[in-house]
Amino acid sequence: MSFPKVRVPYLLLLPGFVFLFTFFILPIINLAQTSTQTPLSGGDTGEYEQTLAFSNYIQAFVENKEQFGRSFLYATLATIFALAIAYPLAYAIAFKSGKYKNILLVLVVAPFFTSFLLRTVAWKQILGEEGFVVPGLRALNIIGEQTTLTSTSVAVVAGMTYNFLPFMTLPLYASLERIDPRTIEAAGDLYANGLTAFRRVTVPLSMPGVVAGTLLTFIPAAGDYVNAAILGSPNTKMIGNVIESRYFKIVDYPTAAALSFTLMVAILILVTLYIRKAGTEELV
Amino acid sequence: MNQKIKDASIPTIPLNARFSRWFGRNLLRIYMVIGFTYLFIPVAYTFAFSFNDSGKSNLIWKGFTLSNWQNPCGAPEVCNALGNSIKIGLLATIFSTILGTMIAFAIGRYKFKGRSSSNLLIFLPMATPEIVLGASLLSLFLVFSINPGFWPTVIAHVVFCISFVVVTVKARIASLDPRLEQAAMDLYANELETFRRVTLPLVAPGIAGAALLAFSLSFDDFIITNFNSGTLITFPKFVYVSAARGIPAQANVIASAMFFLALAIVIAAQLVKRKKTR
Repeated sequence: MSFPKVRVPYLLLLPGFVFLFTFFILPIINLAQTSTQTPLSGGDTGEYEQTLAFSNYIQAFVENKEQFGRSFLYATLATIFALAIAYPLAYAIAFKSGKYKNILLVLVVAPFFTSFLLRTVAWKQILGEEGFVVPGLRALNIIGEQTTLTSTSVAVVAGMTYNFLPFMTLPLYASLERIDPRTIEAAGDLYANGLTAFRRVTVPLSMPGVVAGTLLTFIPAAGDYVNAAILGSPNTKMIGNVIESRYFKIVDYPTAAALSFTLMVAILILVTLYIRKAGTEELV
Repeated sequence: MNQKIKDASIPTIPLNARFSRWFGRNLLRIYMVIGFTYLFIPVAYTFAFSFNDSGKSNLIWKGFTLSNWQNPCGAPEVCNALGNSIKIGLLATIFSTILGTMIAFAIGRYKFKGRSSSNLLIFLPMATPEIVLGASLLSLFLVFSINPGFWPTVIAHVVFCISFVVVTVKARIASLDPRLEQAAMDLYANELETFRRVTLPLVAPGIAGAALLAFSLSFDDFIITNFNSGTLITFPKFVYVSAARGIPAQANVIASAMFFLALAIVIAAQLVKRKKTR
Protein backbone atom coordinates (compact mmCIF):
# COMPACT_ATOMS: atom_id res chain seq x y z
CA MET A 1 0.00 0.00 0.00
CA SER A 2 1.22 3.47 -0.82
CA PHE A 3 0.65 5.16 2.52
CA PRO A 4 2.67 4.37 5.63
CA LYS A 5 1.25 1.46 7.58
CA VAL A 6 0.84 3.37 10.85
CA ARG A 7 -1.85 5.52 9.27
CA VAL A 8 -4.06 2.66 8.17
CA PRO A 9 -6.11 2.33 11.38
CA TYR A 10 -6.62 6.07 11.61
CA LEU A 11 -7.81 6.26 8.00
CA LEU A 12 -10.24 3.43 8.69
CA LEU A 13 -11.55 5.17 11.78
CA LEU A 14 -11.81 8.62 10.26
CA PRO A 15 -15.20 8.57 8.47
CA GLY A 16 -17.00 6.74 11.26
CA PHE A 17 -15.53 8.92 13.98
CA VAL A 18 -16.27 12.15 12.12
CA PHE A 19 -19.85 10.92 11.87
CA LEU A 20 -20.04 9.93 15.54
CA PHE A 21 -18.44 13.19 16.61
CA THR A 22 -20.94 15.27 14.62
CA PHE A 23 -24.06 13.33 15.45
CA PHE A 24 -23.30 11.88 18.87
CA ILE A 25 -20.71 13.94 20.79
CA LEU A 26 -21.82 17.34 19.47
CA PRO A 27 -25.50 16.70 20.32
CA ILE A 28 -24.52 15.67 23.85
CA ILE A 29 -22.52 18.91 24.26
CA ASN A 30 -25.47 20.80 22.85
CA LEU A 31 -27.76 19.01 25.26
CA ALA A 32 -25.59 20.14 28.16
CA GLN A 33 -25.83 23.70 26.85
CA THR A 34 -29.59 23.59 26.41
CA SER A 35 -30.00 22.28 29.94
CA THR A 36 -28.85 25.58 31.44
CA GLN A 37 -31.01 27.88 29.31
CA THR A 38 -33.86 29.98 30.64
CA PRO A 39 -36.99 31.28 28.87
CA LEU A 40 -36.37 34.35 26.73
CA SER A 41 -38.07 37.30 28.41
CA GLY A 42 -40.91 38.43 26.18
CA GLY A 43 -40.31 35.49 23.80
CA ASP A 44 -42.78 32.89 22.61
CA THR A 45 -43.23 29.46 24.12
CA GLY A 46 -40.23 27.37 23.13
CA GLU A 47 -37.81 30.30 22.84
CA TYR A 48 -34.89 30.17 25.24
CA GLU A 49 -31.68 32.08 25.85
CA GLN A 50 -28.35 30.75 27.02
CA THR A 51 -27.78 31.53 30.67
CA LEU A 52 -25.96 29.33 33.10
CA ALA A 53 -28.99 28.33 35.09
CA PHE A 54 -27.71 25.22 36.84
CA SER A 55 -30.74 25.61 39.06
CA ASN A 56 -32.62 23.94 36.18
CA TYR A 57 -31.04 20.68 37.32
CA ILE A 58 -32.10 21.04 40.92
CA GLN A 59 -35.59 22.07 39.94
CA ALA A 60 -35.94 19.31 37.34
CA PHE A 61 -34.71 16.70 39.79
CA VAL A 62 -36.83 17.82 42.71
CA GLU A 63 -39.95 17.95 40.56
CA ASN A 64 -39.35 14.50 39.12
CA LYS A 65 -37.48 12.54 41.76
CA GLU A 66 -40.38 10.14 42.03
CA GLN A 67 -40.17 9.30 38.31
CA PHE A 68 -36.40 8.97 38.54
CA GLY A 69 -36.72 6.56 41.42
CA ARG A 70 -39.36 4.59 39.58
CA SER A 71 -37.23 4.35 36.42
CA PHE A 72 -34.30 2.89 38.30
CA LEU A 73 -36.50 0.62 40.41
CA TYR A 74 -38.44 -0.76 37.41
CA ALA A 75 -35.28 -1.14 35.34
CA THR A 76 -33.54 -3.00 38.20
CA LEU A 77 -36.51 -5.31 38.72
CA ALA A 78 -36.86 -5.98 34.99
CA THR A 79 -33.13 -6.75 34.78
CA ILE A 80 -33.30 -9.20 37.71
CA PHE A 81 -36.36 -10.98 36.32
CA ALA A 82 -34.87 -11.10 32.82
CA LEU A 83 -31.67 -12.61 34.25
CA ALA A 84 -33.65 -15.18 36.24
CA ILE A 85 -35.64 -16.21 33.16
CA ALA A 86 -32.81 -16.00 30.62
CA TYR A 87 -30.03 -17.81 32.51
CA PRO A 88 -31.65 -21.26 32.58
CA LEU A 89 -32.85 -20.73 29.02
CA ALA A 90 -29.37 -19.81 27.75
CA TYR A 91 -27.89 -22.65 29.82
CA ALA A 92 -30.29 -25.18 28.34
CA ILE A 93 -29.59 -24.00 24.80
CA ALA A 94 -25.83 -24.00 25.32
CA PHE A 95 -25.51 -27.40 27.05
CA LYS A 96 -28.63 -29.49 26.60
CA SER A 97 -29.98 -28.82 23.12
CA GLY A 98 -27.57 -30.92 21.01
CA LYS A 99 -28.23 -30.57 17.31
CA TYR A 100 -31.18 -28.24 17.83
CA LYS A 101 -28.90 -25.51 19.20
CA ASN A 102 -29.01 -23.24 16.15
CA ILE A 103 -32.76 -23.58 15.70
CA LEU A 104 -33.39 -22.72 19.34
CA LEU A 105 -31.09 -19.74 19.07
CA VAL A 106 -33.05 -18.48 16.07
CA LEU A 107 -36.24 -18.95 18.10
CA VAL A 108 -34.90 -16.71 20.88
CA VAL A 109 -34.35 -13.89 18.39
CA ALA A 110 -37.47 -14.59 16.32
CA PRO A 111 -40.00 -12.63 18.45
CA PHE A 112 -37.77 -9.62 17.73
CA PHE A 113 -38.98 -9.70 14.14
CA THR A 114 -42.54 -8.84 15.06
CA SER A 115 -42.77 -5.16 15.87
CA PHE A 116 -42.05 -4.75 19.59
CA LEU A 117 -44.81 -2.15 19.86
CA LEU A 118 -47.34 -4.62 18.51
CA ARG A 119 -46.14 -7.26 20.94
CA THR A 120 -46.50 -4.79 23.81
CA VAL A 121 -50.00 -3.86 22.65
CA ALA A 122 -50.70 -7.60 22.38
CA TRP A 123 -49.70 -8.04 26.05
CA LYS A 124 -52.04 -5.22 26.94
CA GLN A 125 -54.88 -7.03 25.24
CA ILE A 126 -53.92 -10.45 26.61
CA LEU A 127 -53.76 -9.09 30.17
CA GLY A 128 -56.74 -6.77 29.67
CA GLU A 129 -60.39 -7.29 30.52
CA GLU A 130 -61.16 -8.86 27.13
CA GLY A 131 -58.11 -11.13 27.15
CA PHE A 132 -58.11 -14.72 28.33
CA VAL A 133 -55.85 -14.33 31.37
CA VAL A 134 -57.98 -12.15 33.63
CA PRO A 135 -61.30 -14.04 33.16
CA GLY A 136 -59.36 -17.30 33.54
CA LEU A 137 -57.76 -16.23 36.81
CA ARG A 138 -61.12 -14.92 38.04
CA ALA A 139 -62.85 -18.19 37.21
CA LEU A 140 -60.18 -20.02 39.21
CA ASN A 141 -60.64 -17.49 42.03
CA ILE A 142 -56.97 -16.58 41.96
CA ILE A 143 -57.73 -12.89 41.61
CA GLY A 144 -60.82 -11.00 42.72
CA GLU A 145 -63.43 -9.29 40.57
CA GLN A 146 -61.85 -5.90 41.16
CA THR A 147 -58.25 -6.84 40.42
CA THR A 148 -56.92 -5.86 37.03
CA LEU A 149 -53.54 -6.60 35.51
CA THR A 150 -53.12 -3.72 33.08
CA SER A 151 -52.37 -0.15 34.16
CA THR A 152 -50.30 -1.41 37.06
CA SER A 153 -46.60 -1.29 37.84
CA VAL A 154 -46.62 -5.09 37.62
CA ALA A 155 -47.67 -4.86 33.97
CA VAL A 156 -44.98 -2.27 33.19
CA VAL A 157 -42.20 -4.33 34.77
CA ALA A 158 -43.50 -7.49 33.09
CA GLY A 159 -43.59 -5.73 29.74
CA MET A 160 -40.01 -4.49 30.12
CA THR A 161 -38.84 -7.92 31.24
CA TYR A 162 -40.41 -9.45 28.16
CA ASN A 163 -39.20 -6.84 25.67
CA PHE A 164 -35.56 -6.90 26.76
CA LEU A 165 -35.30 -10.67 27.29
CA PRO A 166 -33.41 -11.40 24.02
CA PHE A 167 -30.82 -8.73 24.95
CA MET A 168 -30.17 -10.76 28.10
CA THR A 169 -30.32 -14.23 26.58
CA LEU A 170 -27.92 -13.73 23.67
CA PRO A 171 -24.84 -12.49 25.59
CA LEU A 172 -25.50 -15.12 28.29
CA TYR A 173 -25.63 -17.83 25.66
CA ALA A 174 -22.47 -16.50 23.99
CA SER A 175 -20.44 -16.75 27.19
CA LEU A 176 -21.94 -20.07 28.36
CA GLU A 177 -21.33 -21.63 24.97
CA ARG A 178 -17.65 -20.70 25.14
CA ILE A 179 -17.16 -22.68 28.38
CA ASP A 180 -15.12 -25.80 27.80
CA PRO A 181 -17.24 -28.69 29.17
CA ARG A 182 -14.02 -30.32 30.37
CA THR A 183 -13.63 -27.61 33.03
CA ILE A 184 -16.99 -28.68 34.48
CA GLU A 185 -15.98 -32.36 34.23
CA ALA A 186 -12.76 -31.51 36.01
CA ALA A 187 -14.76 -30.01 38.86
CA GLY A 188 -16.68 -33.29 39.06
CA ASP A 189 -13.42 -35.27 39.11
CA LEU A 190 -12.37 -33.16 42.05
CA TYR A 191 -15.48 -34.37 43.93
CA ALA A 192 -17.60 -31.25 43.40
CA ASN A 193 -21.26 -32.16 43.14
CA GLY A 194 -23.40 -30.72 40.36
CA LEU A 195 -24.47 -27.69 42.32
CA THR A 196 -20.96 -26.85 43.54
CA ALA A 197 -19.53 -27.25 40.04
CA PHE A 198 -22.24 -24.94 38.72
CA ARG A 199 -21.66 -22.36 41.43
CA ARG A 200 -17.87 -22.41 41.42
CA VAL A 201 -17.10 -23.08 37.74
CA THR A 202 -20.01 -22.34 35.38
CA VAL A 203 -21.26 -19.14 36.99
CA PRO A 204 -17.85 -17.42 37.30
CA LEU A 205 -16.99 -18.35 33.71
CA SER A 206 -20.29 -16.93 32.47
CA MET A 207 -19.79 -13.58 34.22
CA PRO A 208 -18.89 -11.62 31.04
CA GLY A 209 -22.25 -12.65 29.61
CA VAL A 210 -24.06 -11.73 32.83
CA VAL A 211 -22.43 -8.28 32.83
CA ALA A 212 -23.12 -7.63 29.13
CA GLY A 213 -26.69 -8.94 29.38
CA THR A 214 -27.61 -6.96 32.48
CA LEU A 215 -26.19 -3.77 30.93
CA LEU A 216 -27.99 -4.31 27.62
CA THR A 217 -31.22 -4.79 29.59
CA PHE A 218 -30.82 -2.17 32.29
CA ILE A 219 -29.74 0.76 30.10
CA PRO A 220 -32.63 0.72 27.62
CA ALA A 221 -35.07 -0.18 30.41
CA ALA A 222 -34.10 2.85 32.50
CA GLY A 223 -34.75 5.21 29.59
CA ASP A 224 -37.83 3.43 28.29
CA TYR A 225 -41.20 5.09 28.18
CA VAL A 226 -43.10 2.90 25.73
CA ASN A 227 -43.95 0.11 28.20
CA ALA A 228 -45.07 2.63 30.80
CA ALA A 229 -47.15 4.47 28.19
CA ILE A 230 -48.89 1.36 26.85
CA LEU A 231 -49.10 -0.92 29.88
CA GLY A 232 -49.07 1.58 32.71
CA SER A 233 -51.12 4.41 34.16
CA PRO A 234 -50.27 7.98 35.27
CA ASN A 235 -49.07 6.39 38.52
CA THR A 236 -46.39 4.39 36.74
CA LYS A 237 -44.81 7.25 34.78
CA MET A 238 -41.09 6.88 34.30
CA ILE A 239 -38.49 9.55 33.60
CA GLY A 240 -38.70 8.79 29.88
CA ASN A 241 -42.38 9.75 29.86
CA VAL A 242 -41.52 13.05 31.56
CA ILE A 243 -38.75 13.86 29.06
CA GLU A 244 -41.02 12.97 26.15
CA SER A 245 -43.87 15.17 27.33
CA ARG A 246 -41.49 18.05 28.20
CA TYR A 247 -40.22 17.96 24.63
CA PHE A 248 -43.41 17.49 22.69
CA LYS A 249 -46.27 18.70 24.81
CA ILE A 250 -44.83 21.48 26.96
CA VAL A 251 -41.89 22.49 24.68
CA ASP A 252 -39.79 22.93 27.82
CA TYR A 253 -36.41 22.09 26.24
CA PRO A 254 -34.14 23.13 29.14
CA THR A 255 -35.90 20.90 31.68
CA ALA A 256 -36.06 18.02 29.20
CA ALA A 257 -32.35 18.45 28.48
CA ALA A 258 -31.48 18.65 32.17
CA LEU A 259 -33.45 15.47 32.84
CA SER A 260 -31.86 13.67 29.88
CA PHE A 261 -28.39 14.71 30.96
CA THR A 262 -29.01 13.65 34.56
CA LEU A 263 -30.32 10.27 33.36
CA MET A 264 -27.29 9.73 31.14
CA VAL A 265 -24.77 10.66 33.84
CA ALA A 266 -26.56 8.57 36.46
CA ILE A 267 -26.51 5.55 34.15
CA LEU A 268 -22.85 6.06 33.23
CA ILE A 269 -21.87 6.25 36.90
CA LEU A 270 -23.85 3.12 37.73
CA VAL A 271 -22.43 1.28 34.73
CA THR A 272 -18.85 2.26 35.60
CA LEU A 273 -19.26 1.15 39.22
CA TYR A 274 -20.90 -2.07 38.11
CA ILE A 275 -18.19 -2.92 35.58
CA ARG A 276 -15.51 -2.20 38.21
CA LYS A 277 -17.24 -4.43 40.71
CA ALA A 278 -17.94 -7.21 38.23
CA GLY A 279 -14.36 -6.91 37.03
CA THR A 280 -14.88 -7.36 33.32
CA GLU A 281 -12.52 -5.14 31.38
CA GLU A 282 -12.95 -6.42 27.85
CA LEU A 283 -16.64 -5.71 27.57
CA VAL A 284 -16.99 -4.59 23.99
CA MET B 1 -63.19 -48.95 46.81
CA ASN B 2 -60.46 -48.19 49.27
CA GLN B 3 -59.09 -51.66 48.85
CA LYS B 4 -59.02 -51.24 45.09
CA ILE B 5 -56.91 -48.10 45.27
CA LYS B 6 -54.51 -49.78 47.65
CA ASP B 7 -54.13 -52.70 45.26
CA ALA B 8 -53.59 -50.45 42.32
CA SER B 9 -51.18 -48.31 44.24
CA ILE B 10 -48.60 -51.04 44.66
CA PRO B 11 -47.02 -50.36 41.28
CA THR B 12 -47.68 -46.63 41.61
CA ILE B 13 -45.02 -46.12 44.26
CA PRO B 14 -42.22 -46.50 41.73
CA LEU B 15 -44.38 -44.55 39.26
CA ASN B 16 -44.29 -41.58 41.58
CA ALA B 17 -40.55 -41.91 41.99
CA ARG B 18 -40.19 -42.42 38.29
CA PHE B 19 -42.09 -39.23 37.69
CA SER B 20 -39.93 -37.17 40.00
CA ARG B 21 -36.82 -38.66 38.43
CA TRP B 22 -38.17 -37.89 34.97
CA PHE B 23 -39.06 -34.41 36.17
CA GLY B 24 -35.56 -33.85 37.57
CA ARG B 25 -33.90 -35.07 34.42
CA ASN B 26 -36.11 -33.02 32.13
CA LEU B 27 -36.38 -29.93 34.30
CA LEU B 28 -34.42 -27.81 31.84
CA ARG B 29 -36.44 -29.12 28.90
CA ILE B 30 -39.71 -28.32 30.63
CA TYR B 31 -38.31 -24.93 31.45
CA MET B 32 -37.36 -24.38 27.81
CA VAL B 33 -40.89 -25.19 26.67
CA ILE B 34 -42.34 -22.72 29.19
CA GLY B 35 -39.74 -20.09 28.27
CA PHE B 36 -40.40 -20.31 24.56
CA THR B 37 -44.16 -20.33 25.08
CA TYR B 38 -43.78 -17.10 27.04
CA LEU B 39 -41.65 -15.59 24.27
CA PHE B 40 -44.12 -16.51 21.57
CA ILE B 41 -47.50 -15.78 23.19
CA PRO B 42 -47.70 -12.18 21.91
CA VAL B 43 -46.34 -13.22 18.51
CA ALA B 44 -49.03 -15.87 18.19
CA TYR B 45 -51.61 -13.37 19.39
CA THR B 46 -50.50 -10.81 16.78
CA PHE B 47 -50.63 -13.48 14.07
CA ALA B 48 -54.06 -14.76 15.13
CA PHE B 49 -55.53 -11.27 15.20
CA SER B 50 -54.29 -10.62 11.66
CA PHE B 51 -57.21 -12.88 10.63
CA ASN B 52 -59.73 -10.99 12.72
CA ASP B 53 -62.75 -9.64 10.90
CA SER B 54 -62.43 -6.59 13.07
CA GLY B 55 -63.37 -3.49 11.16
CA LYS B 56 -61.49 -0.51 12.55
CA SER B 57 -60.42 -1.54 16.01
CA ASN B 58 -58.71 -4.88 16.40
CA LEU B 59 -59.40 -5.42 20.09
CA ILE B 60 -61.93 -8.22 20.30
CA TRP B 61 -62.16 -11.39 18.23
CA LYS B 62 -65.09 -11.02 15.83
CA GLY B 63 -64.59 -13.81 13.34
CA PHE B 64 -62.16 -15.29 10.87
CA THR B 65 -61.41 -13.56 7.58
CA LEU B 66 -58.67 -13.58 4.97
CA SER B 67 -59.51 -10.11 3.73
CA ASN B 68 -56.78 -8.41 5.78
CA TRP B 69 -54.15 -10.59 4.13
CA GLN B 70 -55.65 -10.06 0.69
CA ASN B 71 -55.65 -6.33 1.20
CA PRO B 72 -52.67 -5.46 3.45
CA CYS B 73 -52.70 -1.81 2.40
CA GLY B 74 -56.40 -1.50 3.17
CA ALA B 75 -55.95 0.67 6.22
CA PRO B 76 -54.99 4.27 5.49
CA GLU B 77 -51.29 5.16 5.93
CA VAL B 78 -50.17 1.66 6.89
CA CYS B 79 -48.27 0.87 3.67
CA ASN B 80 -46.89 4.37 3.46
CA ALA B 81 -45.52 3.90 6.98
CA LEU B 82 -44.10 0.51 6.04
CA GLY B 83 -42.43 1.96 2.94
CA ASN B 84 -40.78 4.71 5.00
CA SER B 85 -39.52 2.19 7.55
CA ILE B 86 -38.01 0.00 4.83
CA LYS B 87 -36.33 2.96 3.09
CA ILE B 88 -34.92 4.31 6.36
CA GLY B 89 -33.86 0.82 7.41
CA LEU B 90 -32.00 0.11 4.17
CA LEU B 91 -30.17 3.45 4.15
CA ALA B 92 -29.28 3.22 7.84
CA THR B 93 -28.06 -0.36 7.29
CA ILE B 94 -25.84 0.57 4.34
CA PHE B 95 -24.21 3.55 6.06
CA SER B 96 -23.79 1.96 9.48
CA THR B 97 -22.43 -1.30 8.03
CA ILE B 98 -19.79 0.50 5.94
CA LEU B 99 -18.69 2.87 8.73
CA GLY B 100 -18.92 0.21 11.43
CA THR B 101 -16.99 -2.42 9.48
CA MET B 102 -14.14 0.03 8.85
CA ILE B 103 -13.98 0.86 12.56
CA ALA B 104 -14.12 -2.84 13.45
CA PHE B 105 -11.14 -3.58 11.20
CA ALA B 106 -9.16 -0.69 12.68
CA ILE B 107 -9.82 -1.76 16.27
CA GLY B 108 -9.75 -5.51 15.65
CA ARG B 109 -6.68 -5.61 13.47
CA TYR B 110 -4.28 -2.88 14.55
CA LYS B 111 -2.52 -1.79 17.69
CA PHE B 112 -2.44 1.98 17.68
CA LYS B 113 -2.41 4.96 19.98
CA GLY B 114 -5.93 5.78 21.09
CA ARG B 115 -7.27 2.27 20.65
CA SER B 116 -8.87 2.11 24.08
CA SER B 117 -10.46 5.54 23.73
CA SER B 118 -11.81 4.40 20.35
CA ASN B 119 -13.36 1.43 22.13
CA LEU B 120 -14.90 3.82 24.63
CA LEU B 121 -16.38 5.99 21.85
CA ILE B 122 -18.02 2.88 20.39
CA PHE B 123 -19.33 1.77 23.79
CA LEU B 124 -20.80 5.18 24.72
CA PRO B 125 -23.75 5.22 22.26
CA MET B 126 -24.74 1.78 23.57
CA ALA B 127 -24.56 3.02 27.16
CA THR B 128 -26.73 6.03 26.36
CA PRO B 129 -30.47 5.47 26.69
CA GLU B 130 -32.31 5.89 23.41
CA ILE B 131 -34.33 8.77 24.72
CA VAL B 132 -31.14 10.76 25.42
CA LEU B 133 -29.73 9.97 21.96
CA GLY B 134 -32.99 10.98 20.32
CA ALA B 135 -33.55 14.11 22.37
CA SER B 136 -29.96 15.37 22.01
CA LEU B 137 -29.98 14.91 18.23
CA LEU B 138 -33.30 16.71 18.01
CA SER B 139 -31.93 19.70 19.90
CA LEU B 140 -28.89 19.78 17.59
CA PHE B 141 -31.14 19.76 14.53
CA LEU B 142 -33.23 22.52 16.07
CA VAL B 143 -30.15 24.69 16.66
CA PHE B 144 -29.22 24.43 12.99
CA SER B 145 -32.87 24.92 11.97
CA ILE B 146 -32.96 21.49 10.33
CA ASN B 147 -36.51 20.20 10.31
CA PRO B 148 -36.97 16.69 11.67
CA GLY B 149 -37.96 14.27 8.93
CA PHE B 150 -36.57 11.56 6.68
CA TRP B 151 -32.82 12.27 6.66
CA PRO B 152 -32.56 13.28 10.32
CA THR B 153 -34.16 9.91 11.11
CA VAL B 154 -31.67 8.06 8.90
CA ILE B 155 -28.77 9.87 10.61
CA ALA B 156 -30.18 9.08 14.05
CA HIS B 157 -30.50 5.39 13.15
CA VAL B 158 -26.93 5.23 11.84
CA VAL B 159 -25.72 6.65 15.19
CA PHE B 160 -27.14 3.81 17.25
CA CYS B 161 -26.55 1.07 14.64
CA ILE B 162 -22.81 1.75 14.20
CA SER B 163 -21.84 0.43 17.64
CA PHE B 164 -23.75 -2.81 17.16
CA VAL B 165 -22.12 -3.32 13.76
CA VAL B 166 -18.65 -2.70 15.23
CA VAL B 167 -19.21 -5.16 18.09
CA THR B 168 -20.57 -7.88 15.78
CA VAL B 169 -17.88 -7.57 13.08
CA LYS B 170 -15.10 -7.22 15.67
CA ALA B 171 -16.16 -10.49 17.28
CA ARG B 172 -15.89 -12.20 13.90
CA ILE B 173 -12.46 -10.68 13.20
CA ALA B 174 -11.24 -11.80 16.63
CA SER B 175 -12.29 -15.38 15.90
CA LEU B 176 -10.25 -15.60 12.67
CA ASP B 177 -7.26 -17.89 12.55
CA PRO B 178 -4.27 -15.59 11.80
CA ARG B 179 -2.48 -18.54 10.18
CA LEU B 180 -4.84 -18.37 7.18
CA GLU B 181 -3.62 -14.91 6.32
CA GLN B 182 -0.02 -15.87 6.99
CA ALA B 183 -0.46 -18.77 4.59
CA ALA B 184 -1.73 -16.40 1.89
CA MET B 185 1.28 -14.16 2.42
CA ASP B 186 3.60 -17.19 2.26
CA LEU B 187 2.03 -17.93 -1.12
CA TYR B 188 3.18 -14.49 -2.33
CA ALA B 189 -0.16 -12.71 -2.04
CA ASN B 190 0.39 -9.05 -1.21
CA GLU B 191 -1.52 -7.35 1.59
CA LEU B 192 -4.36 -6.11 -0.58
CA GLU B 193 -4.82 -9.50 -2.26
CA THR B 194 -4.72 -11.28 1.08
CA PHE B 195 -7.38 -8.93 2.38
CA ARG B 196 -9.59 -9.30 -0.67
CA ARG B 197 -9.27 -13.04 -1.20
CA VAL B 198 -8.81 -14.36 2.34
CA THR B 199 -9.73 -11.90 5.10
CA LEU B 200 -12.83 -10.33 3.60
CA PRO B 201 -14.56 -13.62 2.61
CA LEU B 202 -13.87 -14.96 6.11
CA VAL B 203 -15.31 -11.87 7.79
CA ALA B 204 -18.25 -11.61 5.35
CA PRO B 205 -20.71 -13.69 7.44
CA GLY B 206 -20.04 -11.37 10.37
CA ILE B 207 -20.71 -8.33 8.18
CA ALA B 208 -23.91 -9.89 6.85
CA GLY B 209 -25.06 -10.65 10.38
CA ALA B 210 -24.26 -7.10 11.45
CA ALA B 211 -26.24 -5.69 8.51
CA LEU B 212 -29.22 -7.87 9.40
CA LEU B 213 -29.00 -6.73 13.02
CA ALA B 214 -28.74 -3.07 11.95
CA PHE B 215 -31.79 -3.40 9.72
CA SER B 216 -33.92 -5.03 12.39
CA LEU B 217 -32.83 -2.46 15.01
CA SER B 218 -33.65 0.40 12.64
CA PHE B 219 -36.90 -1.10 11.41
CA ASP B 220 -38.23 -1.65 14.92
CA ASP B 221 -36.98 1.57 16.48
CA PHE B 222 -39.56 3.85 17.96
CA ILE B 223 -38.06 6.16 20.60
CA ILE B 224 -35.27 7.76 18.55
CA THR B 225 -37.51 7.90 15.49
CA ASN B 226 -40.27 9.61 17.41
CA PHE B 227 -37.88 12.43 18.31
CA ASN B 228 -36.36 12.97 14.89
CA SER B 229 -38.99 12.13 12.31
CA GLY B 230 -41.32 15.12 12.68
CA THR B 231 -44.48 14.42 10.72
CA LEU B 232 -43.01 11.43 8.87
CA ILE B 233 -44.82 8.20 9.80
CA THR B 234 -42.83 4.98 10.21
CA PHE B 235 -44.32 1.58 10.94
CA PRO B 236 -43.63 1.57 14.71
CA LYS B 237 -44.86 5.16 14.90
CA PHE B 238 -48.01 4.14 13.08
CA VAL B 239 -48.64 1.41 15.64
CA TYR B 240 -47.97 3.73 18.58
CA VAL B 241 -50.18 6.52 17.27
CA SER B 242 -53.06 4.24 16.36
CA ALA B 243 -52.80 2.23 19.61
CA ALA B 244 -55.03 4.79 21.32
CA ARG B 245 -57.97 4.38 18.93
CA GLY B 246 -57.36 0.79 17.86
CA ILE B 247 -54.78 -0.70 15.57
CA PRO B 248 -56.09 -1.91 12.20
CA ALA B 249 -55.61 -5.64 11.54
CA GLN B 250 -53.45 -4.76 8.53
CA ALA B 251 -50.67 -3.79 10.96
CA ASN B 252 -50.83 -7.34 12.33
CA VAL B 253 -50.66 -8.69 8.78
CA ILE B 254 -47.51 -6.68 8.05
CA ALA B 255 -45.86 -7.57 11.36
CA SER B 256 -46.64 -11.27 10.85
CA ALA B 257 -45.35 -11.19 7.28
CA MET B 258 -42.13 -9.53 8.45
CA PHE B 259 -41.80 -12.21 11.12
CA PHE B 260 -42.02 -15.07 8.64
CA LEU B 261 -39.79 -13.29 6.11
CA ALA B 262 -37.06 -12.65 8.67
CA LEU B 263 -37.37 -16.20 10.01
CA ALA B 264 -36.98 -17.55 6.46
CA ILE B 265 -33.86 -15.42 5.88
CA VAL B 266 -32.24 -16.54 9.14
CA ILE B 267 -33.04 -20.22 8.55
CA ALA B 268 -31.75 -20.00 4.96
CA ALA B 269 -28.52 -18.45 6.26
CA GLN B 270 -28.18 -21.29 8.78
CA LEU B 271 -28.69 -23.90 6.04
CA VAL B 272 -26.08 -22.25 3.79
CA LYS B 273 -23.67 -22.20 6.72
CA ARG B 274 -24.27 -25.89 7.44
CA LYS B 275 -23.76 -26.81 3.81
CA LYS B 276 -20.46 -24.92 3.76
CA THR B 277 -19.07 -26.48 6.91
CA ARG B 278 -19.77 -29.99 5.63
